[in-house]
Amino acid sequence: MNAFVAILRRDLLLAMRRKSEMLTALFFFMIVVSLFPLGIGPETALLRRIAPGVLWVAALLAAMLSLNRLFAADHQDGTLEQMALSPTPLALLVSGKVLAHWLTAGLPLVLLAPVLGLQFDLSSRALGILMLSLLLGTPLLSLIGAIGAALTLGVRGGGVLLSLLVLPLYIPALIFGAGAVEADMAGLGAGGHLSLLGALLALGLFFAPWATTAALRIALE
Amino acid sequence: MNWGSASEFFAMGGYGFYVWGSFGVTAAALLIETLLVRKRLGDTRRLLRRELAADRESQD
Amino acid sequence: MSQPLINWFKFASPASFYPLAGKMWPWFAALATAFAAAGLWISFFVAPTDFQQGEGYRIIFIHVPASWMSMFIYCVMAFWSAIGIGFNTRLSGMMSSALAPTGALFAFLSLWTGALWGKPMWGAWWVWDARLTSELILLFLYLGYIALTAAIDDPRRADKAGAIVSLVGVINVPIIYFSVKWWNTLHQGASVSMTKAPTMAATMLWGMLLMALAFWMYSIAVALYRVRAIILERERHATWVAELLEMQR
Repeated sequence: MNAFVAILRRDLLLAMRRKSEMLTALFFFMIVVSLFPLGIGPETALLRRIAPGVLWVAALLAAMLSLNRLFAADHQDGTLEQMALSPTPLALLVSGKVLAHWLTAGLPLVLLAPVLGLQFDLSSRALGILMLSLLLGTPLLSLIGAIGAALTLGVRGGGVLLSLLVLPLYIPALIFGAGAVEADMAGLGAGGHLSLLGALLALGLFFAPWATTAALRIALE
Repeated sequence: MNWGSASEFFAMGGYGFYVWGSFGVTAAALLIETLLVRKRLGDTRRLLRRELAADRESQD
Repeated sequence: MSQPLINWFKFASPASFYPLAGKMWPWFAALATAFAAAGLWISFFVAPTDFQQGEGYRIIFIHVPASWMSMFIYCVMAFWSAIGIGFNTRLSGMMSSALAPTGALFAFLSLWTGALWGKPMWGAWWVWDARLTSELILLFLYLGYIALTAAIDDPRRADKAGAIVSLVGVINVPIIYFSVKWWNTLHQGASVSMTKAPTMAATMLWGMLLMALAFWMYSIAVALYRVRAIILERERHATWVAELLEMQR
């Protein structure tokens, strides 16, 4: 467990030294979300309807931006190899890195989303559900994304390839996440969607570090 | 037997475009895939033969 | 009981599988032709006109088998991937990559025929029906696999990375299908379902089964042929390849 905390602290420290990367992803999120009303028109009723989908799709894309840096630096300077050789299980270290990625790339999106939701005239209740769905969904994005990042490590054209691999796997999170807000706005209750999102997160927590580890070992061979 | 004549068969009760579009494209796609796979194996064989011959010449 | 196991591993070596695949593919190609002839006969001459959809429904005889095959081939790919990871055999990775283009082709054909069916039946080339949407995502999964394995130069690493992608994908396929279905019911209520609309008559089922068998045999034949090309490309410097090419001269 010590190793987990050490990795987490180290990655967070590194991320703090490169704040601009974090901020770039956040700006990207803001800009993409703000483009939609410009492309579609300022009609409030329509904007309210598309808001959950727009915010969620933008969150998927923003969370993906920072993915290819998840292992790249450690791979280049050989740290990753040391981690693979260390006596602590690689899956544990990977989980620490994924948690750090979520804290620096996922959590800011969750916190920023309600502000952007105001642009779309969402009610405070809908904003709450949106935050909750993102809170459950963004860790899943980091977990699945880590598999893709490990697979495309050191591969040419890695960035685009990563999105091609990862985006189809993000679809269930998108459906249940955006669906939770829509269902609540339609008066159907968001409970079902949120619990399914939670179930997916539990599944991801169990399988993703394992798959990521296997992918990393292949990349290191 | 469903069809009175050949033209009736090709018209498919007005759905000719859709039915033949489906069956035709499927047949064409499978045929093209077969040809491409044949070409791939043939090209590889030819390339390897040429390499082999070049090797032998350089040894002589 | 240990005898069959040894045989299996003997054929798992590319050098002995190459001639075996060469002997096997014509048989599967012949079976595919026979099943296709029977299936086409049923689809055009035996199956009666549908009273609701007229002759347009005959697309079902390739649409449904193509969708089945696209899903089945993905599962077979995942099976070979699991074998490859479990036993570290070289051949299984080659089988996976030999199957992927054919699977992607069937996913595409399923979408293509679905569009050509949807236009006269629903008045639109594309509807966000749960099945069609899942099929589209399956095509994306195939393309992701193909793109990843094509981007990695070292074939061994490409095989292993592809194996992980296909295993992660095969876990996700049911989740994706379920979520898309859920999404579909939330948004459209009662939409026209593709297989429920016409009641499934026995002749129709037979036609579809025969066409599915034809596609299945075709996939095996093509995959065997393609795996031979892959074996030659990868083993180009092995002595058995040189000997084989000498012999055929």
